[in-house]
Amino acid sequence: MATEAKRVTDIGPPHYDQFLHPMIKANYGKWEVHGSIKPGVLSHTGPAGTIYTVRCASPRLVSINFLRNIMDLADKYSDGYFRFTSRNNVEFLLEKSENIDPLIEDLNAMGTLVGGTNNAISNVVHTQGWVHCHSAATDASGLVKAVMDELAEYFTSEKLPHKLRVAVACCLNMCGAVHASDIAILGLHRTPPRIDNNTLPNQCEIPTTVASCPNNAIRPTSIEGKTTVKVDEDKCMYCGNCFTVCPAMPLADPLNDGVSIWVGGKISNARTEPMFTKLAIPYLPNNPPRWPEVTSAVKNIVELYADNARPFERVGEWINRIGWEKFFDITGIEFTKYHLDDFRHAGTTYRRSLHNRY
Amino acid sequence: MADDLKTPLLDELEKGPWPSFVTDIKSCADKSEMCRDLLGQLEKSYEDKRGYWKHGGLVGVMGYGGGVIGRYSALPEEFPGVSHFHTVRVNQPSGWFYTTSALREILDIWEEHGSGLTNMHGSTGDMVLLGTRTEELEPIFRALTEKGWDLGGSGSDLRTPSCCVGPARCENACFDTLAVTYDLTKSYQDELHRPMFNYKYKIKASGCPNDCTAAIARSDMGLIGIWKDDIKVDQAKFAEFVDKGMDIQGAVVDLCPTSCISVDGKEITIDNSNCVKCMHCINRLPGALAVGDDKGFAVTLGAKAPIVEGALFGSVIIPFMKCEDNDFEELHDLIERIWEFWDEYGTARERIGEFIERISLATFLEGVGLEASPKMVKAPRDNPYIFYEEYYEEEGASASEE
Repeated sequence: MATEAKRVTDIGPPHYDQFLHPMIKANYGKWEVHGSIKPGVLSHTGPAGTIYTVRCASPRLVSINFLRNIMDLADKYSDGYFRFTSRNNVEFLLEKSENIDPLIEDLNAMGTLVGGTNNAISNVVHTQGWVHCHSAATDASGLVKAVMDELAEYFTSEKLPHKLRVAVACCLNMCGAVHASDIAILGLHRTPPRIDNNTLPNQCEIPTTVASCPNNAIRPTSIEGKTTVKVDEDKCMYCGNCFTVCPAMPLADPLNDGVSIWVGGKISNARTEPMFTKLAIPYLPNNPPRWPEVTSAVKNIVELYADNARPFERVGEWINRIGWEKFFDITGIEFTKYHLDDFRHAGTTYRRSLHNRY
Repeated sequence: MADDLKTPLLDELEKGPWPSFVTDIKSCADKSEMCRDLLGQLEKSYEDKRGYWKHGGLVGVMGYGGGVIGRYSALPEEFPGVSHFHTVRVNQPSGWFYTTSALREILDIWEEHGSGLTNMHGSTGDMVLLGTRTEELEPIFRALTEKGWDLGGSGSDLRTPSCCVGPARCENACFDTLAVTYDLTKSYQDELHRPMFNYKYKIKASGCPNDCTAAIARSDMGLIGIWKDDIKVDQAKFAEFVDKGMDIQGAVVDLCPTSCISVDGKEITIDNSNCVKCMHCINRLPGALAVGDDKGFAVTLGAKAPIVEGALFGSVIIPFMKCEDNDFEELHDLIERIWEFWDEYGTARERIGEFIERISLATFLEGVGLEASPKMVKAPRDNPYIFYEEYYEEEGASASEE
């Protein structure tokens, strides 16, 4: 048997302690106050002193080259310490305030933007799309790039009423969990799965496939002596649950796949409780490489929010104050039958009062 | 980049101010056939408006059931470089803190054994190494573990827990989110690496109700920092905000959801008995207001994206728990009770939130040994169909009890 190092398993991640900047270690759990120096730059102060954070945009899908460039700057300006945020921004942790401006200059030179703090659009949380996923109804990285090219000024400034969180998911699986974002861009399929009766009997377990459908639209059937399934297409809502467990039921349909826009979700408990996003636009065409219909729809909503919301109102809080009818009115978005929920708990969204504006 | 590769559609995504993933992938295309063929296949997707990846595939490293997502091109003849394009999930350090020396080691491994592309980070929190071949998986795993790194979760297992920046750089942190994340990840390696659950189980730790990890929306089990005593007030620092001309009435007082703030000149008063710890005033007045001293966290259960029965937010299951000196034994005990009950009575592909909705919160609480509390609901029930379990019997028989 070849002599090689013993195979190690189940060691878990390295302890975070070794990755903390000495100033962070010294102030750990003892921070007193934070401040905002300018868009993309924060200060945090504790008894041991201050650490400055410079935040920059990242496409999230990044190569070793991008990361090595980032790390060269971390070596140069932040003693080799840096981190990522829960929205995939990169943050440099600087002890010397005089390093802030040279770092920003270098970041801009390498083609990224500094910002994403306070009343700004932060980095866009998104999924894999056509780059890596089998069930994607659209691309995610491309949509994010196209949308953020239009909205970059809201990343590099803090001129919005409050923070604005944009997220993209490329199908209803929502690996990006876009269901609680201020603005969510969601790829969707709009036609039932096409069943491959040749491969299904070998690839899929029939009971699991039948059970996967939340609407009981899938039934076992027999075709030429082989057990397969059939779909009651009137009951199908194209959720993709069956495809998740059965590869022989693909949903991709270039003619009909597209993008929907959802608004008004939030995570934070500040002022109001966390909220789900709600449907604004049920369908926009998949129009790569720059998705002009999607970018202009999102920009329209962002600009109206910027102009009309009160200070510290999130998109959902703004809409709740003015009412959904006014939201559809001022955005020019058509309200359709598709906006009426028809799944579990649908009734909770019906107007059960006379509180309407006329 | 290789001259023979033409990507006119993707090239459009090299324009504009936002950093371009296309430019970045192209920077690897000279050295990597995988990156070159990824661009080729992606260009074809942009032309045809559809993806060209096959449905998963069972690949992994020896002894683990999770951590690797199998991916194969549906067009391997046209794009042989991505005939295999598997993902390796690597467990991130708590709070996503790195040193350049540590991450450089991972990137060197990845340059040697994979495409050189990553997601920093995936939606659950892992470092995602994007694109490698089956025969490289075991060498990658060996190289990673040699440097002290391990794989994350996938499939029906405990997914890699993740947390906010917490006490490492935030004055609002009500508990040590980094420590609990590290502790749970290390304690439950078997649950993380060998899928044995009904479905996935995600844990996220946010240090305060601002919930920067979106625990309330994205984690089967959320640990969200909270305090019980009074908001701490530094009146001198508050006076500085007044002196700077801040619109205290508009930006703070009027936005308090329970109207429990009053301001008299340069003095702020908070009716803490009615405060719901929403964080708005503390967010607006850093340094002047701060979370209290009696700190801990609430435990929420059940958040998830739509698959299968619709999206859910988490709901409060433990209104307050305190783990003094980062002793998380009480939390372990709770987690294990929950897993045991879910394992016994949950069905395949049933997340914990859907499980609770199906069997009812009351049944679930009984099953895991917790008492009902008004802090767990928005309001008591409004329907009268109550399953009573105690009733009287005639002729002096004593009250029946389970």
